[in-house]
Amino acid sequence: MIKKTLSNIYLVLIFLFLYLPLFVLMTLSFNDSKSKVIWGGFTLKWYSRCFKSETIMNAFFTTIQITLLAALLSTILGTLAAIGISSMKKKSKTIYLGATNIPLLNADIVTGISMMLLFVKFTNLSFVTVLIAHITFNIPYVILNVLPKIQQANKYTYEAALDLGASPIYAFYKVTWPEIRAGVFSGFLMAVTMSLDDFSITYFTKGPGINTLSTMLYTELRKGIKPELYALSTILFFTVFILLLAINIKNNQKQHRR
Amino acid sequence: MKKELIKFIDISKSYGNHLVLDEFNLSVKENEFVTLLGPSGCGKTTTLRLLGGFETPDSGKILFDGKDITNLPANQRKLNTVFQKYSLFPHMTIEENIAFGLKISKKSTQYINDKIKYALKLVNLDGYENRSVDSLSGGQQQRIAIARAIVNEPKILLLDEPLGALDLKLRQSMQYELIRLKNELGITFIYVTHDQEEALTMSDQIVVMNQGYIQQIGTPEDIYNEPENAFVADFIGSSNIMDGIMIKDKLVSIFGIEIPCVDEGFGTNTPVDVVIRPEDLVITSPEHGFITGKIISTIFKGVHYEIEVLAKDYKWLIHTTKFANVGDIVGLSIDPFDIQIMKKAEYSDEKAVEIDEEL
Repeated sequence: MIKKTLSNIYLVLIFLFLYLPLFVLMTLSFNDSKSKVIWGGFTLKWYSRCFKSETIMNAFFTTIQITLLAALLSTILGTLAAIGISSMKKKSKTIYLGATNIPLLNADIVTGISMMLLFVKFTNLSFVTVLIAHITFNIPYVILNVLPKIQQANKYTYEAALDLGASPIYAFYKVTWPEIRAGVFSGFLMAVTMSLDDFSITYFTKGPGINTLSTMLYTELRKGIKPELYALSTILFFTVFILLLAINIKNNQKQHRR
Repeated sequence: MKKELIKFIDISKSYGNHLVLDEFNLSVKENEFVTLLGPSGCGKTTTLRLLGGFETPDSGKILFDGKDITNLPANQRKLNTVFQKYSLFPHMTIEENIAFGLKISKKSTQYINDKIKYALKLVNLDGYENRSVDSLSGGQQQRIAIARAIVNEPKILLLDEPLGALDLKLRQSMQYELIRLKNELGITFIYVTHDQEEALTMSDQIVVMNQGYIQQIGTPEDIYNEPENAFVADFIGSSNIMDGIMIKDKLVSIFGIEIPCVDEGFGTNTPVDVVIRPEDLVITSPEHGFITGKIISTIFKGVHYEIEVLAKDYKWLIHTTKFANVGDIVGLSIDPFDIQIMKKAEYSDEKAVEIDEEL
């Protein structure tokens, strides 16, 4: 009994530490007072101001563009890479998979600085450099999501399709694609999440005048804290939260069906 | 005279440093049930995959009906394969699975529906059109895989150990179904297996393979009764294989004992391999046998007893329906007709040369 109570308390403490800061932020985003400690009543004005602010809206659209483009392109490239890696011999597979996984473990700031150094050698920092950087760090996540699905997919079915007269492209579309579709989709969502909340890499690779939500937040916060930014942060948090929830539910459904 | 449908000419194939097939030659006639039989790694599956178009040989040619198909992609070959297992498309219904090939060749809906009905009837699964793949047992799945292949009316059906994943009873009933199918369809079956019983039951011709070489080609009776070398004798059924010396025609010496046999043409005093099938040895009283020994084990196997007799330091394997006590001293006798004499094959290269000459 005591053990159970203790473990419950422990659980509550963990969630408190995890979510209390976020809860404070969300509460303040509805606070009708500029103060950080006094509750001035409920309001949605910070949200409406947030949507009217040109700086915020610019950053918002840039973010959407970068996120979607990067996620889309990295999903295509990552899926192709996963198909290639899956048909490699064991030794080269280990080497290539290791090589694609290193950017995952590498500190973002190191990746960001090294990419900046590389980009300035050849071109000016701009929207395109941010996009390339995002595609680069998204690809490993896509591979990680797609590769297991390809390996689960049975190689006989693809050969059986060829055997029955299908061209390689038709066989892929009709037979392999339905088996890996779920993995590709969750890879895409993962890429969206990663792009959406990246700060370090974007900060180092962006050109002048280009701001995503996270870099804009950083610049604005240095000028002084505005409650609009609380509202924006809350929206960002929920977007990522819902995306992750979607990925998990999708994966669960898939497992239940098997 | 049946027409020659498939011809492998000097096919070699290796994976890395491992030579799987070496100057392989084989022809298959129309409307035959040919089985490629051998232990794993003997090259039988590679042979089938070369024919299916999933591998290309390092050298040599494959002829199909006289035309060179060595480099033709798998989807353009007029043959279909039944894979080991799990080759049905899991996200399609049974009907969609069977229609897959027909839709690619743009057949009319009416034709496709007729074919599906016909194929399901042929494999005894009428009414399964809308079932999902998951709801079928292993045996049913393999029958659907066969149905999916034969609706395309291939000239040859390739089967890669299709019964390997099934249990014994199911495997046996599927063997009869395959024989029936082959007779009803009148097409060539090329079947790959490591199960010698399966090969003996179903085949018109058996090709025994080992380490990339053909060891013997023949009817099941030939292969079983007249194995050409010790490998074939050992692989097909259980056997007593021992060294012997051919003294002269119709007389062989094993363990220094001279025994009459019926084989001729080995010369005089030639070392040979002698094969005696366990069911051909008869246990008699010590004075009636050509050799005497002690029974060291008796195991009941259902149809027969499996008895081991130690004589002249060799463990003789005997299958008999009569029980014998462990420890008894007995004699062994044999009919001269049941002794099989084989030339000794020293190197596998030598075996290959022999085969080349035969073809």
